[in-house]
Amino acid sequence: MPLLDDCDIAVVGGGLVGAALAWGLARTGLKTMVLDGGDLDPRASRANFALVWVQGKGLHAPHYALWSKASAERWPAFAAALAADSGIDVALSQRGAFSFALSQGELDMLAAELETIAAETNGAAAPYEILTAEETRRRLPLVGQDVVGAAYSPADGHVNSLRLFHALHTAMRHRGVDYRACHAVERIEPVDAGFRLAGAFGTIFARRIVLAAGIDNQRLAAMVGLHAPLKHSKGQILVTEKCRPLFEYTSATIRQADEGGVMIGDSEETHTTAIATNQEISAVLANRAVRVFPCLAEVNVVRSWAGFRVKTRDGLPIYAQSASHPGAFIAVCHSGVTLAANHALVVAPQIASGALSSDLAPFHSGRFHVSENS
Amino acid sequence: MFLRIREPVEAVTFSFDGRSVTAARGDTLAAALLAAGVETFRDSVVGGEPRAPYCLMGICYECLVTIDGIQNRQSCLVEVHEGMVVNSQHGARLVTGRADR
Repeated sequence: MPLLDDCDIAVVGGGLVGAALAWGLARTGLKTMVLDGGDLDPRASRANFALVWVQGKGLHAPHYALWSKASAERWPAFAAALAADSGIDVALSQRGAFSFALSQGELDMLAAELETIAAETNGAAAPYEILTAEETRRRLPLVGQDVVGAAYSPADGHVNSLRLFHALHTAMRHRGVDYRACHAVERIEPVDAGFRLAGAFGTIFARRIVLAAGIDNQRLAAMVGLHAPLKHSKGQILVTEKCRPLFEYTSATIRQADEGGVMIGDSEETHTTAIATNQEISAVLANRAVRVFPCLAEVNVVRSWAGFRVKTRDGLPIYAQSASHPGAFIAVCHSGVTLAANHALVVAPQIASGALSSDLAPFHSGRFHVSENS
Repeated sequence: MFLRIREPVEAVTFSFDGRSVTAARGDTLAAALLAAGVETFRDSVVGGEPRAPYCLMGICYECLVTIDGIQNRQSCLVEVHEGMVVNSQHGARLVTGRADR
């Protein structure tokens, strides 16, 4: 029998999560392989909104609030290390973000959620302010009359996410990662001292594996005694023509990319698997954006797209090592941009060392078994 | 670079970057500018490179110009009109919040 291609560790999935982990693993010296799917696979890494976002994350999950905040704080060092390995500047900007409220009810809800997160983290969550309409317009003169107030946090920011994706792939190859495109993994067989990964490409042997395959994690996890229950979450984005700088901060729904295009997003549909964009949802996105920034009414939309978020049932990431098949790890999360710094600089070294730290225990997929049994 | 196959039957005059240009009624603005020898319609937003029409059918967005004060118009989809004031497009759109609509 011919010898199989082999590696110390194979990352299944070459999106933002897989590439960040693979780069981090290669930096520890492991012989790392990435088995990526095809171009037409659903890829959150090519559809995302590119936020490094902390504000409002981790309601009733203080560990997630702090994990997101830590990654945002780690981002400048991550971006610098990535630039050193790839020569690519990912245009990180962390000037803070506004969440705009178009009704008093929205503002009250924003304030209540941020207050709860602050209390649940004993004040360790990212700082924030609740702004009146007047104060919001003082800071952002282009904001319209329909905005009744806003939450502002200095912790948030954004990047050029396509460049981030490119930088991670360039950096991981620079570190010797063996990247295989069109290597969709169909089966994982635990074997002696490792795993056999099989698909149309053939078979590869890896001593250890990391599942980072986005929504396909749900299927793959079960093959190695792991659990990744996901829910459908479709998001849609509008992109305008490039404009001169008009909004130097960011928000969860409107941001201006470094090259000038304004991205408008943050819709969520949970009952569809159709990838086509929905015009009625585009209309709602555009309408809200124009109410926040009336000047956007004069700007042309040049693109729109939809993507599927990788969302676990409770919205929080999953990081786990299989108890039944040690050496099989899984990383599932919605926020592949925000958490990229943590994945490369914290999670990857832990996986390389053989065990996830106890800090990550609350993110273990075992939490879903508890709720299912109760 | 381009030559007209026949002389305009009915002439239309407009301005481009301050100079007077004569075209044939029914020309698209892009065709009229090309026929007048204009080679640079705009600068690319990110790299500042000179650009001119490419597809001439509304797809490529390379032919953007400012028409009567409205930025980023596709000159290949607009018919020339007498007295039109056209300027080459420099840099990204300036959003003023004061557009007339």
